Amino acid sequence: MNQVSQTESTSAAPGGMTVSDTDVAIDVVGMHKWYGDFHVLRDIDLRVMRGERIVIAGPSGSGKSTLIRCINRLEEHQQGQIIVNGTELTNDLKRIDEVRREVGMVFQHFNLFPHLTILQNLTLAPIWVRGVPKAEAEDMAMHYLERVKIPEQAMKFPGQLSGGQQQRVAIARSLCMQPKIMLFDEPTSALDPEMVKEVLEVMISLAQEGMTMICVTHEMGFARQVANRVIFMDQGQIIEQNEPEAFFSNPQHERTKLFLSQILH
Amino acid sequence: MAVQGNLRTAPPRTSFFNDPVVRGIIYQVVVAAIVIGFFAWIIVNTAQNLAAQNKSTGFDFLFRTAGFNISFTLIPFDRSSYYWEAFLVGLLNTLLVAVIGIFFATILGFVLGIARLSSNWLISRFATVYVETIRNIPLLLQLFFWYFAVLKAMPAVRDSISLPMGIYINQRGLFVPKPVPDDQFVWVYAAVVLALVLCFALSRWAKRRLETTGKRFPVLLSSIGLFLVVVAVGFVLSGASVSFDMPELQRFNFRGGLELPPEFVALVFGLTIYTAAFIAENVRGGIQAVSHGQTEAAQSLGLKEGDRLRLVIVPQAMRVIIPPLTSQYLNLTKNSSLGAAIGYPELVNVFTGTTLNQTGKAIEVIAMTMAVYLTFSLLTSAFMNWYNGRVALVER
Repeated sequence: MNQVSQTESTSAAPGGMTVSDTDVAIDVVGMHKWYGDFHVLRDIDLRVMRGERIVIAGPSGSGKSTLIRCINRLEEHQQGQIIVNGTELTNDLKRIDEVRREVGMVFQHFNLFPHLTILQNLTLAPIWVRGVPKAEAEDMAMHYLERVKIPEQAMKFPGQLSGGQQQRVAIARSLCMQPKIMLFDEPTSALDPEMVKEVLEVMISLAQEGMTMICVTHEMGFARQVANRVIFMDQGQIIEQNEPEAFFSNPQHERTKLFLSQILH
Repeated sequence: MAVQGNLRTAPPRTSFFNDPVVRGIIYQVVVAAIVIGFFAWIIVNTAQNLAAQNKSTGFDFLFRTAGFNISFTLIPFDRSSYYWEAFLVGLLNTLLVAVIGIFFATILGFVLGIARLSSNWLISRFATVYVETIRNIPLLLQLFFWYFAVLKAMPAVRDSISLPMGIYINQRGLFVPKPVPDDQFVWVYAAVVLALVLCFALSRWAKRRLETTGKRFPVLLSSIGLFLVVVAVGFVLSGASVSFDMPELQRFNFRGGLELPPEFVALVFGLTIYTAAFIAENVRGGIQAVSHGQTEAAQSLGLKEGDRLRLVIVPQAMRVIIPPLTSQYLNLTKNSSLGAAIGYPELVNVFTGTTLNQTGKAIEVIAMTMAVYLTFSLLTSAFMNWYNGRVALVER
């Protein structure tokens, strides 16, 4: 682990909400993960405050996706602690479900349910997990569809939508569970260039409302605009983390400099 | 260029034969001529041959006395019955084996298919060995195995193997007690119908309750409970009783009870075990066809494992499983004709075997038998097309 300037200061999120410094959303302590013999994540320490927006960058294979997938237990870690909303992730299925209910996740390939309409995609979890009455769930779904600006697609099926629209539906689907934390796993990487913007706009507006977010992304413009902190990972380790300005203008580590020179032309 | 105007008014001449429309018409005329010619030749040829052999055609033979007996029938049949009754016996015997075989093969196939995906090494390896062994041995051989090596190797009637609940196995087949309901039993049937209606109403009510209040109701368990209670109450109140006609060993054979001949047992066994191996592969393929991302999305929304399977994975797997599953049902039905080889009186055995031999009405008999199997196939594919249209994923 290299030197790190831990940004503990998340003073006031845009939107007027004040966030307490002691309010920890996610705490990862000394976490390791192996795939068989392959050591994917090495000694990860990461503390995320409520309302904080974090962008994780790094070359492919550096373990960024694996890290956020560990946070809602899509992957199992073998050593160390992950505490989400005060609940430590263990083998206990009840705890895992508890964490997953409060953590939304957006995938690179959207993973909408192709056999359900957009509206059904959005109401499925509120009805079956939260026990929300159907009519209420549908109202809420329409509300979030309006937020992502596609209420007119409610009765269509995922296959009838463009990639950008599908990804916005996926975001709305997560929001319908009213999560406290949102994880984004390369949400724009599978999109055509002209659709990236519409998805980023939704993510920016979410950030402005004070949502706690961790985004794995290559969109450095997005990182500059909304992140409180940029984390750089390589070979399963957190190499460097800093506020976006300092991170981009004054990278400390050689590996970071190389990476930035390759992606910022 | 000056020619441009000319190009528009006078397109370059295409050869007559290179015009796709003309070509299409020519091909169609040629194909139609070949098909019509072929059938005309067949019909004329057949008619001439039949005339040369002094044979008449027509279906009036169906109303003549068959004069032979059939060992296993679902409807009354004896030597004085007509040929059309023999046809019906064969048809019903085929359907009986097909329905029972399909029922058990589906259950066994689903269990094996899921077992093959199990994370338990022993279970998944067992399923793999089963599938790979059974799929790769000819069905006829398997039927011979069950019939000759297993059932015919059973002890003689005198030394029958006695199983609990009055079941006996010997060379002549399986003998089980036959339930004989009394007259009051109508009320029990009525109670069963009532219970089914109530269960249906209960599931409707539970669905509406979920939609309006968001509260879930354990429909399956309570339906089973409701069903059992209603039927039991009907049974007690009506005073119905059911007696069992037990098979009893007489001097030469069992008297009473229900006799399942070894041919029938062997055929059902063979077809079930063989087809289940194929169904298992279809089930495995269907489940694996649903991408892992679907499971992850459902997990990340907090859906529990049971809900994930029921609401997300199974509905998507079924649309992959159902089409090949239906063709397995069809295969099983058609394969039941192999029962002829071990003497089970199904359609091919009774009709294209004995009836054809006795009447010599080859064309009529073969046509009728083929029509039966063709009807099954067409009905099945009609159902399939309807189902596929209903569940197809909507895109674009």
